[in-house]
Amino acid sequence: MAEKVLMKGNEAIAEAAILAGCRHYFGYPITPQTEIAAYMAKKMPKIGGCFLQAESEVAAINMVYGVAGTGKRVMTSSSSPGISLKAEGLSYIAGSDLPALVVNVQRGGPGLGGIQPSQSDYFQATKGGGHGDFKMIVLAPSSVQEMADLTIKGFDLAEKYRMTSMILADGTMGQMMEPVSLEEPEINEYDKSWAVTGTKCERKKNIINSLSLVPEELERLNFERYDRYKTVEENEVMFEEYMMDDAEICVAAFGIAARVAKNAINAARKEGIKVGLIRPITLWPFPNAAFRKAADKVDCFISVELSMGQMIEDIRLASECKKPVYLCNRVGGMIPSPELVLESIKSHSKGGTK
Amino acid sequence: MVVFDKPKSLADVPLHYCPGCTHGIIHRLVAETIDELGIEGQTIGVAPVGCSVLAYNYFTCDMVEAAHGRAPAVATGIKRSDPDNHIVFTYQGDGDLASIGMAETVHAAARNENITIIFVNNAIYGMTGGQMAPTSLPGQVTQTSPYGRDTNHCGFPVKVCEMLSQLDGAGYIERVAVNNVKNVRNAKKAIKKAFQNQIDKKGFSLIEVVSTCPTNWGMTPEKALEWVEEKMIPYYPLGVYKDRDAENKAE
Amino acid sequence: MSTTQILIAGFGGQGVLFAGKFLAYKGLLDGKQVSWLPSYGPEMRGGTANCSVIVSDEPIGSPIVTAPDCLVAMNLPSLKKYENDVVSGGIIIIDSTLIGETPERDDVTVFSVPATKMANDEGFSTLANMILMGKLIKESDIFSFDGTDSVLKKVVPPKKASLTEINLKALKTGYDY
Repeated sequence: MAEKVLMKGNEAIAEAAILAGCRHYFGYPITPQTEIAAYMAKKMPKIGGCFLQAESEVAAINMVYGVAGTGKRVMTSSSSPGISLKAEGLSYIAGSDLPALVVNVQRGGPGLGGIQPSQSDYFQATKGGGHGDFKMIVLAPSSVQEMADLTIKGFDLAEKYRMTSMILADGTMGQMMEPVSLEEPEINEYDKSWAVTGTKCERKKNIINSLSLVPEELERLNFERYDRYKTVEENEVMFEEYMMDDAEICVAAFGIAARVAKNAINAARKEGIKVGLIRPITLWPFPNAAFRKAADKVDCFISVELSMGQMIEDIRLASECKKPVYLCNRVGGMIPSPELVLESIKSHSKGGTK
Repeated sequence: MVVFDKPKSLADVPLHYCPGCTHGIIHRLVAETIDELGIEGQTIGVAPVGCSVLAYNYFTCDMVEAAHGRAPAVATGIKRSDPDNHIVFTYQGDGDLASIGMAETVHAAARNENITIIFVNNAIYGMTGGQMAPTSLPGQVTQTSPYGRDTNHCGFPVKVCEMLSQLDGAGYIERVAVNNVKNVRNAKKAIKKAFQNQIDKKGFSLIEVVSTCPTNWGMTPEKALEWVEEKMIPYYPLGVYKDRDAENKAE
Repeated sequence: MSTTQILIAGFGGQGVLFAGKFLAYKGLLDGKQVSWLPSYGPEMRGGTANCSVIVSDEPIGSPIVTAPDCLVAMNLPSLKKYENDVVSGGIIIIDSTLIGETPERDDVTVFSVPATKMANDEGFSTLANMILMGKLIKESDIFSFDGTDSVLKKVVPPKKASLTEINLKALKTGYDY
């Protein structure tokens, strides 16, 4: 185990990406994720990598598309308004079946919104993120260590399934410092025979492309892509269960909300309320089975979110509406306090006022 | 003895371009250049959105299809992934390069990105059926300027070479045409130089090729070539707008 | 098993975030769980800045300090804003050079340290923050002074390594006050 150092979440992402072999970063400044770009700007020239500040988020994601086409590890990072601009590129990357890592350190919205933490890009991240049928693997870190670990994992999954991995963090996760231990990971080698690296006049040319003017062909490509997504759903779901064994109430939360929820759950347990937590680590693929199982045991779910209620829809779907799902939320850059979550738990517990 | 043959770098497939369109000539000039410089195996081309969207089918080198206007950004990524070995060109029309992709174009030039851009200017959006382009001439009738381009209403055409030549980053900027044999020969020379510059790591090169669109201009191919001479070239004068290498040598 | 929540607040430029980072590293090297969370935004200099530091024997849930066991206030607006959030029985440390008023709470222990004046007198005018940290180490029961020099080696950037000594002196000055 490497020595633990204190790092900001944003810096942990950057350092982990470098350890994972990423040597190309393209981005455009936006709060609260700019530390990633700053870290890359400092490090990349010293290790033979390329940091380039693009003229826009649109250009940055298309530079990512360019490098991804050559089969090399590449990433960009931004925050909510910038991710909207990248939606075009995300769709093209999906349509061309390229691997890439994209970080969204979310801030309040819609529009220019604010710069304080938010989770209101959940729909955007998990339901596509651009035009057309496609998915991204969405990873939701809840600690600085996970910011690093999921970045490394994200690169691997992206290459394994030839799709975008998105780190869906928020301003708190990006800005906070915690001890983190970083080690060079073992890097899996995947087939890259599709990459454009010059034919050397030795093979047939490769084409990186998302255009397909024959409907039958485009349909086939979509079906094939979704077969691959099915494999992801079967193999790559990650979640954490906390005190769920005897839980009568299941709190669901990810990222910063999950940390707040743990405080509230600990406090509620002291008062004798049997409450637990399911923390999705992959938001897509969503841990459907865990919620389906919980629905047979618990009386209700409480979705704690920094949004107007987005993940709550997936919980309802996963639990097949067998039990009520309540929302406990703050938005606009506000974060639910442990007290607020505790109050919600109490009001929905059997002895509560409902 | 073979006196005229298909360039090796041009794929042996039928092109989809309209009769009389000069894309075919320009494709050929690019392919001849790749052959002559012996760079097919290391060249990666970037196709745009527009009439030449299917260009990825026509060259035998590796190809990437970019989103509308983003080819210079995509090319930047490809080039930077292996700057010593990749020869990267984009092939873009006027709507792609000078309207929706203007930021990507200008900033690639400003960065002196070591890529080659072939910019085909025919003053109209061809693929979508003949709408007004950023380079449509004042008074030019198109589907979206049915009474002629009114400069009081929608402003003036963008002169790409003149504009980019003001940037310190731009290395080599030349405007050529392919409306007659002499101009085709000059165009070939310019395109070859733009690729050679990249091989020599001399930075950003853009060749604007004044082209035709007989279909959407509503002219015969022959008339279209005359229109290039009479209307286009006076507004878009041919010549070298920037040649940093020559300037440096002169000093 | 204990968890201590610390809030340090003042103007941007007073070294609030650095002081917090020092404490977090102290906790880390003492073998504890730690978290550090800054306020962030356009107020780089002159605006208000604060940071939450949590030091605990258990894994840390929320990194946001809403009910501090210990408040370090480096200006009056910060004292006013956070005074009432401090838990009963907690401590408040203020820079009395810059804060003319004393806290109104009578259920907390208040330490008034003229840190800015002391820093000026000692010739390290930018280190009032570290004087206050010295006092915090003394008065809170979570930290000891041992090992502060190795903590400073972690938090003082290599380019400013020459400032390690003077930081240690500032800490000691506050600790002994």
